[in-house]
Amino acid sequence: MSTAVKSRRLRGRPLVQTAYSQDIALVNTPGKRRGVLAIIVVALLLPFMLTNDLLLIGTLGMIAAVGAIGLNLVTGYAGQISLGHAFFIGVGAYTGAVLGGNPDGPVVGYGLPIYIWLPAAGIVAAIAGLLVGPIAVRLRGLYLAIVTLGLVFIGEHVFRESRTLTGGPGVGRRGPELDVFGIDFGASGALFGLDLAREQRQFFLALAFLIVFAILGRNIARSKVGRAFSAVRDRDVAAAVIGVGLTRHKVMAFAMSSFYAGVAGALFYAVVGVFEPNTFGLLLSIQYLAMILIGGVATISGAIMGAIFIQSLSRLSAEVAGFLPFIGDSAASSGILTVFQLESILYGLLIVGFLVFEPRGLFGIWMRIRNYWKGWPFSY
Amino acid sequence: MQFAQALVNGFGQGAIYALLALGFVMIYKATRVISFAQPALMVMGGLVTYHFTRVFEMPFFIGLLFGILGGAIVGLIVERLALRPMVGKPVFVLAIITIGVDIVLRIISNRYIGVQSRIVEYPNGSERVSISGVSISQKTLGLIAITAVVLLVLALFFHYSRMGLAMRATALDQETALAQGIKVGMMFAMAWAIAGGLAAIAGTFVAAGAAGMEQTSWVIALKALPAIIIGGLDSLPGAVIGGLSVGIVEALTATYQPSVAPWLGANFALVAPYALMFLVLLVRPYGLFGTKEVERV
Repeated sequence: MSTAVKSRRLRGRPLVQTAYSQDIALVNTPGKRRGVLAIIVVALLLPFMLTNDLLLIGTLGMIAAVGAIGLNLVTGYAGQISLGHAFFIGVGAYTGAVLGGNPDGPVVGYGLPIYIWLPAAGIVAAIAGLLVGPIAVRLRGLYLAIVTLGLVFIGEHVFRESRTLTGGPGVGRRGPELDVFGIDFGASGALFGLDLAREQRQFFLALAFLIVFAILGRNIARSKVGRAFSAVRDRDVAAAVIGVGLTRHKVMAFAMSSFYAGVAGALFYAVVGVFEPNTFGLLLSIQYLAMILIGGVATISGAIMGAIFIQSLSRLSAEVAGFLPFIGDSAASSGILTVFQLESILYGLLIVGFLVFEPRGLFGIWMRIRNYWKGWPFSY
Repeated sequence: MQFAQALVNGFGQGAIYALLALGFVMIYKATRVISFAQPALMVMGGLVTYHFTRVFEMPFFIGLLFGILGGAIVGLIVERLALRPMVGKPVFVLAIITIGVDIVLRIISNRYIGVQSRIVEYPNGSERVSISGVSISQKTLGLIAITAVVLLVLALFFHYSRMGLAMRATALDQETALAQGIKVGMMFAMAWAIAGGLAAIAGTFVAAGAAGMEQTSWVIALKALPAIIIGGLDSLPGAVIGGLSVGIVEALTATYQPSVAPWLGANFALVAPYALMFLVLLVRPYGLFGTKEVERV
């Protein structure tokens, strides 16, 4: 009766797709299914194998990945270049810190639980994104980049001057308390029969959030909205002609991306502890751009890889510096470069290098490796 | 009187922004890229002048010439190494590459600057000329004069020289220019060299200013971005007018905002250009003098 193609897998041919719904499925190949499962299992075991300092890097990397996925939605999928991500992260961080912060501290804090401050951080940031949207709709390409850059400067100024909320430059304030349904993720001790240190607990928490937001991100990307984003990116006039509402989707992209940024900001600085307004400058925006460029534009897995890589960069450059005699330690006078300068220079070189040699980023490198082994021993 | 003084101060600062903005627009017109490497070019140019005037103890104007040369050479190197291989890639990618280049170059210049502030001595720079109560320093007068001369030379160059004509042709249509026998790659290089030189003049006067050239001085160059947006990305006169208006708005805000609108917070003048940019964009999305993009499917 029905004329619709029945979507059925062919036996023994796992890669053959007989319907579009299979192509855009959440995990569309068996390899991906096994791979994702394996990665999650390994990630669950990591807290018992790594030292606490490495775990902290992983935790921050995973939270940053949430923000990077957000930036990828607006810049990667919808093609709207945003240098303003730091502003939205800041809005989220301060919303979270004010609502969830210690009420007895020197700055404003309401001590609300996480199920209020975390969504609120996302929502307030998303509203900020909605407000930027109308400007973004009128502008294209690099005009938009400069305007969002202006947003960062104005935002930084506002953060610096609202001393009752942010503590002001040089002083800063504490992030929100990480207390989920009675479990304090800021303390160590026995939990569900396991003796878990603070870093281990936070790692699990970050992992849980990353999984949720990564699946959400992938679902956005593979749905009608995501396809509309790609259409806007590839040719906005053509997209408008085939009936994609430009205004609606550009504003939506900004709002969604800001929601991600807000959540990431609130969580990130809850783990970090004390943070100050100068954090949310141009450099942070560039860092997030570097994450998606190095990871892979318009891919969720790329954003995750890039974020973890960028977060571990300071540790990596510290390790590398140990082998290079001409890299001095923290003092500015010794060596050709300090560790910090080495890190910054690596940023610059990595951004340029990846864009010149592998524009698809780490994701592209992974694709090449995968395709090589897929065809092995034949080279094509 | 206070108003006139603020105008004059703003005009002086605006000349720096105008020079930088001209560089941005020059590169944009030739290659359709916004160069975020301009801050680094400014710092490096200023430091070359510093090195020639303070370390080699040459007179200011000779040092300035070397500074311009230095800025131009850095611009050429950046164009050749980082941007030429990427011709034809999306402009977004190119813009991000210039960010990467900027980071690398600024680390190098920061190594030179160190913790101190590098100050270039302008001859009799601190002497002030007073006209009916409004005082202006010799240095600012020199800056305005140099900017005016540079503008004149550039205008003549673009209107009357073969090279200028070729550059205008390239900006109009690269393929047609290529078909007419114009070396488009060389025009790109020229645009970067001129932009580097302009940035170096700006950098020299930043270094000659009260604070000198510090590790944080590069932020000044970013204020040319609102200037070019206000003026319109592809308009050279727009860049100058945008630069001057950014400087003047900044000075006026610094003078009046603490008493008129203290709730905006201390140092609001530093972000006033960006606020002005938002206002202008709400009314005119392509700036005051920019050409409106017409899309064809």
